Amino acid sequence: MTVSTQAQIQAAGQAQPQRKRRELSDRAIVNLFIWPTLILLIAWNFFPLIYSLFLSFTDYSAIANKPPQWVGFKNYADILTDTQMWKYFATTGRYALVTVGMQTILGFSLAVLVREKFRGSGLVTTLILIPMMLSPVVVGLFWKLMYNPSFGYFNFLLGFGNPVNAPDMLAGRFANVPVPNLALWAVALVDIWMWTPFVMLLVLSGLKAIPDYLYEAAAIDRASSWFQFWRITVPSVMPLLMIAILFRTIEAFKSFDLVMGMTGGGPGDQTELIAVNLYRQAFLGQWRTGRASALAYLILIIIIAISNLYIRYINKANED
Amino acid sequence: MSDFYETGPSKPVTESIRVDKVSPKARRMHNIRAIVVVILAILMLIPILVMTQTAFKTRADVVSVPPTIVFKPSLEGFVFLFTERAIAPPGRIKALQEAAETGDLSLFDRVALNSGQEITGLSDYVGRLTNSLIIAGLSTVFAVVLGLFAAYAFSRFPVAGKDDLMFFILSTRMLPAVVVTIPLFIMYRQLGMHDTHIGMILLYTVFNLSLSVWLLKGFIDEIPIEYEEAALVDGYTRMQAFYKIVLPQAITGIAATAVFCLIFAWNEYAFALMLTSDTARTAPPSIATMLGRGGIEWSAIAAGSLGFLIPVAVVVFLLRNYLLRGVTFGAIRQ
Repeated sequence: MTVSTQAQIQAAGQAQPQRKRRELSDRAIVNLFIWPTLILLIAWNFFPLIYSLFLSFTDYSAIANKPPQWVGFKNYADILTDTQMWKYFATTGRYALVTVGMQTILGFSLAVLVREKFRGSGLVTTLILIPMMLSPVVVGLFWKLMYNPSFGYFNFLLGFGNPVNAPDMLAGRFANVPVPNLALWAVALVDIWMWTPFVMLLVLSGLKAIPDYLYEAAAIDRASSWFQFWRITVPSVMPLLMIAILFRTIEAFKSFDLVMGMTGGGPGDQTELIAVNLYRQAFLGQWRTGRASALAYLILIIIIAISNLYIRYINKANED
Repeated sequence: MSDFYETGPSKPVTESIRVDKVSPKARRMHNIRAIVVVILAILMLIPILVMTQTAFKTRADVVSVPPTIVFKPSLEGFVFLFTERAIAPPGRIKALQEAAETGDLSLFDRVALNSGQEITGLSDYVGRLTNSLIIAGLSTVFAVVLGLFAAYAFSRFPVAGKDDLMFFILSTRMLPAVVVTIPLFIMYRQLGMHDTHIGMILLYTVFNLSLSVWLLKGFIDEIPIEYEEAALVDGYTRMQAFYKIVLPQAITGIAATAVFCLIFAWNEYAFALMLTSDTARTAPPSIATMLGRGGIEWSAIAAGSLGFLIPVAVVVFLLRNYLLRGVTFGAIRQ
């Protein structure tokens, strides 16, 4: 069989006109296959991006019948000099730091725990992964019920019998005394609950890729398990862990659904993350399209900057 | 059989060889580890268990303090979820009470008696769920078909600037939804696509395309190119080779991709909230707004969420081996 096909391949290679025709049709296939996708992506992503860049330099409201008026950098200047906006950015930064930090620690520990197979470990791992597959807004609603000060399970399981002396997490109060940031940490806890499995999944795949002989060699050299952990396990999963952290950081700056489902930014503006505020400015009652576009661009710039720093750091770490 | 005498053991094996040389201490550690994992898994599942439980509680059970662990299950939540109700006139309640004393009541009558409300029709939820099914289903089909073509072309042919194009495709998924929503909102209003099914289907198609292209390219890359070459030599055209050789082998990859697209479109909230208002509104934003009307009916919300969760949970279990690719846009091989 091999001899005959090879002869045929050679024959086909020598038949110039035929081959040329096939190359042409290949190009047609490539165009036919790729362009619909690219056109859709350009129309729905690239064009809106350019359009909102333009809008960010204008005074415009999507529901008013006035055309956009060019105002230069005024929208950006307004946002950057608004102390309230800085507060929202700071809230988002804290939220990102706490959620991503905890997800990294917990996800890593969970992955180390479930790495070794035991009976039923496949099922248990799958069950642990369910939270990240849920709709964030449904998760938000659910935790709202969990956190309810009188009939929620959260206080009940923590042993607070009497609602009067118990924390009301989403209202940011403990026994009716306001506790700063309690609502934010309550939302952060849900984010951690939901996305720790994601970090675990990535780290787990890194752990499974470590060849056994590294540990065997270390054991022969009588290296302590502490040493093995720091010198073999941690460096091996580092690239995947960094990807997980990068993805989660980007998502934390985009956080919207969860907060909307749970607090809608309240109480006051304690959980007003930047994406929630953007929605408020762009749609809810205010309809400040121009200013909201500028804010959207600022968020985009922050995300790109963070991703770039991360990627640079990862590349540098890989070179070392 | 002569091979055995050349390579096999020189003496016959008479005693069993231990391959499980695990010290008692290591075995104990293994068991402890397993128990810890199971306990953690149960702790993590508490909210989902609570949701399941709440869906089957009556209104009185939901708000009891402290929460009841053991209760009489009821389908009240599901009835509330799917129906629109009004306060029942007193005469009707009396009639129901009398009927209850004499004989059995239907499920709807019993709910009406317990809540003092009369069912007037189907709720919005049915329509929203239908919208979700249409929009998520069709957008998944489009995203997978278009993604499959593009992935095949990227995988098999030299395309100018391939790496840059692939990165462009991935980067579209990294944009915060809110950045593109504002111009999309304006664009949709100009084109008359605001709050239409076709607008949402196209939007979700585009947002799933990046994932779909990346995932499917990974799966197609793993199909040996030799099969197609052999088919081409045997006189198949490119398209025939694609349909008859590549497609059947990529079917698991296609299934995994379709499911991830479906989960995204099914769960999506931000776009649906901003770009739909009534006709094309999907279930997630409507579950969120159920809070507002006439007190919080937690059992209805729980029932709605549960119905929403079950398909996803089944899928997660069936496709656990492909999960990693799905959540990393196919960037990581397993």
